[in-house]
Amino acid sequence: MKLRNTLLAASAVMAMLAGGVQAKTLVYCSEGSPEGFDPAPYTAGTTFDASSRTIYSRLVEFAPGTTNLVPGLAESWTISDDGLEYTFKLRPGVKFQTTDYFTPTRDLNADDVIFSFDRQGNKDNPFNQYVPGVSYEYYTGMGLDSMIKSIEKVDDLTVKFTLNAPNAPFLADLGMDFASIVSKEYADKLMAEGKAADFNNQPIGTGPFQFVAYQKDAVIRYKANPDYFGTKPHIDDLVFAITTDAAVRAQKLRANECQIMPYPAPADIDGLKADPNLTMMEQPGLNVAYLAYNTQVAPFDDVRVRKALNMAINKQAIIDAVFQGTGIVAKNPIPPTMWSYNDAIKDDPYDPEAAKQMLADAGVTDLHMKIWAMPVQRPYMPNARRTAELMQADLAKIGVTADIVSYEWGEYLKKSTDVNRDGAVILGWTGDNGDPDNFMNVLLSCNGIGGSNRAQWCDKDFQALLDKAAATSDVAERTKLYEQAQVIFKEQAPWLTIDHSTVFMPMSNKVTGYVMSPLGSHDFSNVDITE
Amino acid sequence: MIKFILGRLSYLIPTFIGITIVAFGFVRILPGDPVLLMAGERGMTPEHYADMMQRLGFDRPIWQQYLEYLWKLLHGNFGDSIVTKQPVLSDFLTLFPATLELAFCAIIIAVVIGVPVGVLAALKRGSWFDQTTMTAALVGYSMPIFWWGLLLIIFFSGILGWTPVSGRISLLYYFPTPTGFMLIDSLLSGQKGAFASAASHLVLPSIVLATIPLAVIARQTRSAMLEVLGEDYVRTARAKGLSPRRVVGVHALRNAMIPVITTIGLQVGVLMAGAILTETIFSWPGIGKWMVDSISRRDYPVVQSGLLLIAGIVMIVNLVVDLLYGLINPRIRHS
Repeated sequence: MKLRNTLLAASAVMAMLAGGVQAKTLVYCSEGSPEGFDPAPYTAGTTFDASSRTIYSRLVEFAPGTTNLVPGLAESWTISDDGLEYTFKLRPGVKFQTTDYFTPTRDLNADDVIFSFDRQGNKDNPFNQYVPGVSYEYYTGMGLDSMIKSIEKVDDLTVKFTLNAPNAPFLADLGMDFASIVSKEYADKLMAEGKAADFNNQPIGTGPFQFVAYQKDAVIRYKANPDYFGTKPHIDDLVFAITTDAAVRAQKLRANECQIMPYPAPADIDGLKADPNLTMMEQPGLNVAYLAYNTQVAPFDDVRVRKALNMAINKQAIIDAVFQGTGIVAKNPIPPTMWSYNDAIKDDPYDPEAAKQMLADAGVTDLHMKIWAMPVQRPYMPNARRTAELMQADLAKIGVTADIVSYEWGEYLKKSTDVNRDGAVILGWTGDNGDPDNFMNVLLSCNGIGGSNRAQWCDKDFQALLDKAAATSDVAERTKLYEQAQVIFKEQAPWLTIDHSTVFMPMSNKVTGYVMSPLGSHDFSNVDITE
Repeated sequence: MIKFILGRLSYLIPTFIGITIVAFGFVRILPGDPVLLMAGERGMTPEHYADMMQRLGFDRPIWQQYLEYLWKLLHGNFGDSIVTKQPVLSDFLTLFPATLELAFCAIIIAVVIGVPVGVLAALKRGSWFDQTTMTAALVGYSMPIFWWGLLLIIFFSGILGWTPVSGRISLLYYFPTPTGFMLIDSLLSGQKGAFASAASHLVLPSIVLATIPLAVIARQTRSAMLEVLGEDYVRTARAKGLSPRRVVGVHALRNAMIPVITTIGLQVGVLMAGAILTETIFSWPGIGKWMVDSISRRDYPVVQSGLLLIAGIVMIVNLVVDLLYGLINPRIRHS
């Protein structure tokens, strides 16, 4: 009997596979394992792709392919004139996913929204430490802990956030992964059952796909959420085949073991482009790599020295050699796809003779310096050591001796924040929410000194522009302010801006409807697959 | 024999304590810490850093952390991952069958091919067979695993299309995995073609992982055989008119196997090291890949307990090898 049942089940599976009712399955060769399925405690894009982008939704969303904010779980919102109150009207009738481990009894309401933020910001919330030691890096990192004064329920479908001070990027913060809305009902149920840790393993959201199973380090399975409030996904099943090696991902794509993959190795790109069964999408990444001088240490406190070094380095040669064409030379601290990018700015020309002269004018001779090269690959920088070597050679041409140093990644990140640091640091940034404030304020503001401002640079005029821009929600006005800020940045040259890298996404010709996100996230809700 | 076993077991306790110290100390000696890595390019304020270190218990004196770790271990608590928040032991138990399945297939390949090749090479010393296989073994021994794996994938999966590229089974199959051994679970699932799919996924990674042990075993068997074949008792056996098959198969091989079994036992450690690279290339969800990820994230609890568990297994294998010795060679038992 058992055997017969098994055979019946097996033949049913085969019939499904072979028959006309075949479910549409998209296999995505993802680059790594998610750290968990609750987006709030994590900061890695790999984790967000597997959790917030598939399973969850947010109050506001980034329109596909842009960083423009559109309604998500909030169908509309108003901002008070003083910029302190944000009132969100929630979409009625939004259902949390029904799975074999949870059946919701009510629709999304204001309690869920309040809970989603309160559990991160309020240490007294019983769910704050639902697993011991958990922390909410993005919530704190984006400054929401000091930004939000209160969150109140106006009625079941209306939530009001009150801020301590006006902060225009706040709205964009709410589109970020950590701001995904979770179910309070589900959290309460788990808490009551003493299984709170399952919140991170068996996720429940309102997103386009719902969680089916995760086989650690191997496969994540999702199916389309039948109750999704937005346009229903075209595919029935979504599978993440975790494949950490880029060359192996490319082989799997070619063998149709998956239909789409991120982060091809630069060396594979030409081959993948030439494959007639594949399509290669590409777009400039929302990132920047830079060499940050320590502007508080002589002689780098002299703008002429920084300018001279900038002119001595041939950035195009770096792009050609290190990026093999998969990047563009950067002239501004923000990438060209970002609003307020000031294209009128002229980059410092590559001119070793002028550089030499400028150094002489600054009274600097026989300069010895250090260049810090990161020990790891990052999306904005495939090989920092090689980049540093090219810089070293260029600097030698103007009589500057540069030594290359490196540390273990964690140490590198820490030591590079030191105000008295000796040497210029290669580092970079990938945008979180598409707001220029997320680049300029994080990386170049006065209060970032000793932290994420690796140039240790504080310019009062620049800072005043940033502060003014953050305090107004008028985008046209903000654009003007950020454009001016970029002019000051270029004149003062706290960095050598190196590059903005290009992001590639190879996929099978059968895949349609995929849109690349400038934020680097991977979203399959609009993807279809043809046979 | 019981005294012999007890004697061997008594070595395990100091070894165990030694390993906990090494595993605990090793990952802490590495520069950097998990909190810094979590912060990334953004960095974090010193207050937040201190708060995090305190929450994770890393702010206390190291001896205190060690004693607490040991205390928990004695109660069967291997700790929780800082990153995934999952218990280390449950992750290990989930992933270990995958590594074991792969390592088992690899060691079978290595022994089934390595021993006969070694014996034949010894018997036909100096022949073309001897020279070719021993050169091949030398190449195999020095093979960069990562490159070799990729080469096989490109040739057999990419160009010929004979084997799947990576993973443990085709994604079309989806069934519960009660044992964690895909070959067994695929049979239990009753789904048609599942076993064949699981087996085909094992071929390339097993070959890659078997390469170095195969080379070592073949060379070791050859030299042990050569040594034994020159012994007086083998000459005596021949002189008294025993068939060559009996001389080689019983008298020579049995004695030659002693160093070979040692070698096979030692290869278990090599397999664990090889599994790290092999699993990474073939997206094989085993403990090798898990350890690499955890080391790069400085996930202290996973690294220290993972190392301990792996070392424990290697220790048990070595113990079994020791006991096997005793069975094969009574002299060892009595010494």
